[in-house]
Amino acid sequence: MHSVIILGSGPAGLTAAIYAARADLAPLLIHGPQPGGQLTLTSDVENWPGYEHGILGSELMEVMKKQAARFGTTYKEGWVTAVDLTHDPKKITMESGEVLEARAIIIATGASAMWLNVPGEKELQGKGVSACATCDGFFFRDKHVVVIGGGDAAMEEATFLTKFASQVTVIHRRGELRASKIMQQKALSNPKISFEWNAEVLEVLGKDVGHVTGVRIRNNQTNQEKVVETDGYFAAIGHKPNTEMFKDQLETDVKGYLKIAEPFSTKTAIPGVFAAGDVADHMYRQAVTAAGTGCMAAMDAERWLETQQA
Amino acid sequence: MSVELNASNFDQFTTETSGLALVDFWAPWCGPCKVMSPIVDELSKEMSGVSVGKLNVDENVELATRYNVLSIPTFMIFKGGQVVDQFAGSMSKQVLKERIEKQQG
Repeated sequence: MHSVIILGSGPAGLTAAIYAARADLAPLLIHGPQPGGQLTLTSDVENWPGYEHGILGSELMEVMKKQAARFGTTYKEGWVTAVDLTHDPKKITMESGEVLEARAIIIATGASAMWLNVPGEKELQGKGVSACATCDGFFFRDKHVVVIGGGDAAMEEATFLTKFASQVTVIHRRGELRASKIMQQKALSNPKISFEWNAEVLEVLGKDVGHVTGVRIRNNQTNQEKVVETDGYFAAIGHKPNTEMFKDQLETDVKGYLKIAEPFSTKTAIPGVFAAGDVADHMYRQAVTAAGTGCMAAMDAERWLETQQA
Repeated sequence: MSVELNASNFDQFTTETSGLALVDFWAPWCGPCKVMSPIVDELSKEMSGVSVGKLNVDENVELATRYNVLSIPTFMIFKGGQVVDQFAGSMSKQVLKERIEKQQG
């Protein structure tokens, strides 16, 4: 049996691992389906303290992983399909069928990008539908791409993609942007970026030829439908916390984020189960706040384990 | 061990390999590719009947275009020069392994 199992390998999980390992708890960290977390999908991280000129997201995560390993963290590939948090020891079932036991669990499963779930979107993943603008922008040199969304992330992706694409069309279901003023200005003043306002995406086209050829949209004011021809499809419509497998055992808020039971802690309602990072944070969602709560979770777990021994 | 692929050895690698050939299309700026790279290396050592190659799309744009790669990491499994499976994105070692085993029959 393990003292602590950490679920998730983003900044929250890895910081928890560094602290737990340094407290001699020999934590086991389970990577999950997106090893390294959301930062591996970004390019330069400019707001991580200590890197004056920024650092590549994937590099930062690599260093963190090595740092946690140096103090005795062990890693496990794969992800968890089921948990039993209500009995001691707590049980974790892996996708391979393996069952692991732990006294304390730190949940740092983060959040994942949302999709519209319109026809064609899933079928054309990797064939023009992209989950990572920084990875795939390169393949759309001198091509036309669409970005779905009206927030900061959408404006950032649209602006980034103009480095490659000849034209970027932002498709947004409202008549105005949610994005911050500075990001709006950047996008609105970019001659390569155009907008489809009040537009709902109905379908991603191209299944018949095996790659994205366009999107069918409907104007929600006039109800008129039309096809926007495009080679690439990037959705930036927000994130949802990865809490599906905890929902029947831990309380979540209306958006699905895990609820913290005590202010200034990472304690959930179940003793010995702690939550850190985006999985319990709908407010800040930053790498550095995730790392901060990861540290708190490890310290909370350490104290809780001490009370159990007494 | 995995083989560094380029325009001069790609076709030979995918057609003349006995058994399966797995090609990992990657680029230095791609975070998920960095995550997958050590997993691919481990599988190349652990699995028999499959040769593993890596193609840097930044240095081999023509090959990436020829195979219509639009997302990285993309993995293609070749059998006798033919693409028998293709998928993109990061995944666990287990999932990638099963995907290869499926083609081994």
